[in-house]
Amino acid sequence: MSRAEVQRALLHPLAKPLVFTVWLLPFAWLVWAAVADRLGANPAEALIRALGDWTLRALVLVLLVTPLRVALGWPALARFRRMLGLFVFFYATLHWLAYVWFDMGFDWAEVVADIPKRPFILVGTLAWLMLLALAATSFNRAIRALGAPRWQRLHRLVYAVAGLAVLHFFWMRAGKNDFNEVAVYAAILGTLLGWRAWRRWRAHQGRGVSSRI
Amino acid sequence: LPGKASTVAGATTMEKATSYEDVTSYNNFYEFGTDKSDPVAYAGKLKPRPWTVEVEGLVNKPGRFDLDALLKLAPMEERIYRLRCVEGWSMVIPWQGYSLAELIKRVEPQGSAKYVEFVTLADRQQMPGLRSNVLDWPYVEGLRLDEAQHPLALLAFGMYGEVLPNQNGAPVRLMVPWKYGFKSGKSIVKIRFVEQMPRTSWNLAAPQEYGFFSNVNPTVAHPRWSQATERRIGEGSGLFAKRRETLMFNGYEAQVGQLYAGMDLRKFY
Repeated sequence: MSRAEVQRALLHPLAKPLVFTVWLLPFAWLVWAAVADRLGANPAEALIRALGDWTLRALVLVLLVTPLRVALGWPALARFRRMLGLFVFFYATLHWLAYVWFDMGFDWAEVVADIPKRPFILVGTLAWLMLLALAATSFNRAIRALGAPRWQRLHRLVYAVAGLAVLHFFWMRAGKNDFNEVAVYAAILGTLLGWRAWRRWRAHQGRGVSSRI
Repeated sequence: LPGKASTVAGATTMEKATSYEDVTSYNNFYEFGTDKSDPVAYAGKLKPRPWTVEVEGLVNKPGRFDLDALLKLAPMEERIYRLRCVEGWSMVIPWQGYSLAELIKRVEPQGSAKYVEFVTLADRQQMPGLRSNVLDWPYVEGLRLDEAQHPLALLAFGMYGEVLPNQNGAPVRLMVPWKYGFKSGKSIVKIRFVEQMPRTSWNLAAPQEYGFFSNVNPTVAHPRWSQATERRIGEGSGLFAKRRETLMFNGYEAQVGQLYAGMDLRKFY
């Protein structure tokens, strides 16, 4: 497929509804599995973990948008960034709610006591609050109200979210010394953030050189 | 594998047993993988026969016990125990076996023996999980001698009236109902009587999280799992079942509490 064809496909009116539907499938599957009792012996644990996994996957995808857009020259990819970002928030919210509901039985006093007691829950909650701020300012009027530069600075919080999400996952698995999956996510997210750092550094260098010439 | 109802105090809970399906498909046995669905998927290669258990160390009568000899060593009893996993879930399981004390009595521990160490099978041919380095293999667990001699400490050969399924620790495992599940080693190949506290696998891997004693204790929190409550597997409507309060010594305080008289259980967790 040529670049123009990709570009055309990405701009197709059905492209967004398609991505939207695809990203709702995990949710639909989990709801079905919960109702049909297909989540195994410990359905609460299975549900909470699956929602956490999908949050991480959505996070990887949203952070992949810009590197792919630049590296492959597919500017139309940018159209999907907000929707994918909101899916990160969507799955993170379900993940957190599932914890509050199925682990804590909606006992808010328990939740408040539990969050500082378990570091990995504290870090996860912190990441979710950051996502909440990003989701709350995700619409066009918010960009205008904040002004683009300030809005952009705020939305760089997603890099912090990526770091906290990996730390959350790492601490959760640390009790069982089981880091294989954590390492995979850390490597992917690290590469995606590293690419951004490298690009900034290079732009900075470039500017320095040109001003000297 | 039939067994007569045990007469040991506290050995038969009246609580509803967890389904055989859940008990055999959801458990931890890291030698087959770290996921709780791995044991049932990969334990098929384990060969529980022929099997010998070596008993060595500070005993007058050390020896290699063939599985058949072990099966005949003492009358089989049925015991229905609560099992509390350190991860915050629990089950109720009928086991067949006899008190570990029966074996200990026959090998005659010497006065210097203070602890019992249990070494479990680590064979790469049979156990794919050994390729990962989450723990130092083989898996080692231990008890203080008086804990090991307590009548509730069970040497189990069967479950639900059948021989132990591979994924649940065939052909012989330990079951110490007042401690978190990981204290009860599966597929045991060696029992050593020693003077020093054994260095157990989880304690070596994360000493601040897993103490040597690891008695079920709702008042000592774990950084990852609340120990105040537990989820009873298969209870009620599954997803929406309310968590239960976890009981001190998993509800066996009346029977085992005196083993820890005067000990600070926050320090010796």
